[in-house]
Amino acid sequence: MGFGRAAGSVATLHEARTARDVERVVADARAAGGRVLARGLGRAYGDAAQCAGGELVDCTPMARLLELDSEHGVVRAEGGCSIASLLRTCVPRGWFVPVTPGTRHVTLGGAVAADVHGKNHHRDGSFGGHVVALEVVGASGTARVGPGLDPERYWATVGGMGLTGVVTEVTVKLRRIATSRLAVTTERAPDLDACMARLTELDAGHGYTVAWVDGLASGGRLGRSVITAGDHAALDDLPAGMRADALAYDPRTPLSVPVAPPVSLVGRGTLRAFNEAWYRKAPRRRVGEIQSIAQFFHPLDAVRDWNRLYGPRGFTQYQLVVPFSGADVVRRTLELLQRAHVLPALCVLKSFGSASAAPMSFPMPGWTLAADLPLGSPALAGVLDEIDGVVAGAGGRVYLAKDGRLRPELLSTMYPRVAEWRAVCERHDPEQLFVSDLWRRVAAVA
Amino acid sequence: MNDATGMPQRVVVLGGGSEIARALVVRLAAHRLRAVVLAGRDDASLEAAARELEALGVPQVERTRFEANDVADHEALVHRVLERIGSVDLLLVAAGSLGTAELDALTPEVVAQLVGTNFTGPAAATAAFARAMRDQGSGRIVVLSSVAGVRVRRSNFVYGAAKAGLDGFCQGLADALEGTGVQVTIVRPGFVRTRMTAGLAAAPLAVGADDVADAIVRGLERGADVVWVPAVFQVLLAFARHLPRALWRRIPS
Repeated sequence: MGFGRAAGSVATLHEARTARDVERVVADARAAGGRVLARGLGRAYGDAAQCAGGELVDCTPMARLLELDSEHGVVRAEGGCSIASLLRTCVPRGWFVPVTPGTRHVTLGGAVAADVHGKNHHRDGSFGGHVVALEVVGASGTARVGPGLDPERYWATVGGMGLTGVVTEVTVKLRRIATSRLAVTTERAPDLDACMARLTELDAGHGYTVAWVDGLASGGRLGRSVITAGDHAALDDLPAGMRADALAYDPRTPLSVPVAPPVSLVGRGTLRAFNEAWYRKAPRRRVGEIQSIAQFFHPLDAVRDWNRLYGPRGFTQYQLVVPFSGADVVRRTLELLQRAHVLPALCVLKSFGSASAAPMSFPMPGWTLAADLPLGSPALAGVLDEIDGVVAGAGGRVYLAKDGRLRPELLSTMYPRVAEWRAVCERHDPEQLFVSDLWRRVAAVA
Repeated sequence: MNDATGMPQRVVVLGGGSEIARALVVRLAAHRLRAVVLAGRDDASLEAAARELEALGVPQVERTRFEANDVADHEALVHRVLERIGSVDLLLVAAGSLGTAELDALTPEVVAQLVGTNFTGPAAATAAFARAMRDQGSGRIVVLSSVAGVRVRRSNFVYGAAKAGLDGFCQGLADALEGTGVQVTIVRPGFVRTRMTAGLAAAPLAVGADDVADAIVRGLERGADVVWVPAVFQVLLAFARHLPRALWRRIPS
């Protein structure tokens, strides 16, 4: 199942240690007329890394770091290598990943397939823009692709949700860092307009920005939020005691949710109390706080298996992006969720910069809002359909890596280049060997 | 596929002319329904249900024969369904008939026929579909049981006993399917005002087919294993199940 722990399906799992293992699984599936899909660390919230009744290639054993050019900051690693393990090696040597999502527990292959974005999207774009080359095991063999090497197939793989094949190797450019810390500005914003205005201002001066939004605040306080903006700290920014070991990197996972409780612990009461506390504890404005990479980029990774908090029914994440001209959709979305009595548990707002060249990449210049939503509420399906309509009407889209329920009719509206992308997929995979539950669902195919 | 909110795209209905089935499929059509196979024996009501779904814009509506007591055809039925719609996200088992509980009318043939229609046939077909759905690695089976099967009453004891059998079968099937990606939901309505119960005085807490369908949709959203309609039956039947027989007999039915 996906990270949202809902709508799971069963496939045969094949542990892949090398690209040769992957080739074997693909060839066998092809001979048997079956289906194949790669799976990494299972952080897609919905059914993107599920292949019901087919063959799932577990890429996580294929996790070696093959080559690190410490001079130019280029790393070549196997597709199952996680950002977490990459950081352990690179950060002490003064290099950082070009883009990291809100969790470090994603594989490089997954980062390419979902074309992940991070808090620096407004400046640096998504992951696919920093890749030098990929090795992809497709239906008809293994290929090396990159922006300068079979770009059509490369850009179909970026954001292609695994449907062009299994990414077995990734070469990516890193970013130079002087320290493993971030200098962070934290601000409270009393409402959505203030939040958007401040985010826009902070985007101009900071490499990383994001806002945590209190999804339960309504009326005049709708969209009240805590904005954080950060930059990699220079050596001089650190207190004297930290300078001796400026590149120290040792993320901890101190907490864990050992079992899924029989009912969701994310309720209106607990959430309201948490949001109130989170908002109140944030300073009105604080500048120059020093935070670790884990604190700043991956706060939820401090709690192992936190997704279990939602109980047996699980949750979904709804992430939308709308062009800046459709900024009002963000307000409307929060209002619609609240009116339907759906609990927007964890809401995050950020502005995106330029779009990628990849036809299926999610980000576009505009506002992106992500909300974790507990499943099981009777109004949820209807209200998300309604929000889809509003988002599509404004020229926006939802993120397929998070999706579990998009109406198929809207796929080509939200992703107008889907047919062009599909044609590339099918040219390299005419038998449509590579299929996911996500694709079967959003393309409405059996 | 079934989506994260529990809504299916490809549906098969055994007892496709049943009013509860019609009410449910109409609701699913408002969500994600793309293809449906209505399987049944009553041509007129099956045809009416099919036309209604076509009018609602369901892209693919198929009809096929399903006779509960013709178990020899059940494997072939699964093949017919897969040929037409490719895969099954949701199987709704809604076949059944109330029959009689008049001792004098209960000839061996009548008893066998009633048990066949309400238990043996639906169980046989469900098992055949369950195998196919296990192989596809996902899906949901929704079976209409009845509170009549939770504690059998004299007024409909053949029907009740058969539903008790089907209910137990599905509980075991649900356990057998654990870890296969296929989930079973057992629906236990009380008295439902439909053609099947026409002419009978409505029992207390009687509901309509629409109420049952709403409850099933809720159950799909919640991922429920058992759906009682109305919900209060869960509590009432917990008592009824343990009522001394001397008292149970005296409850007017």
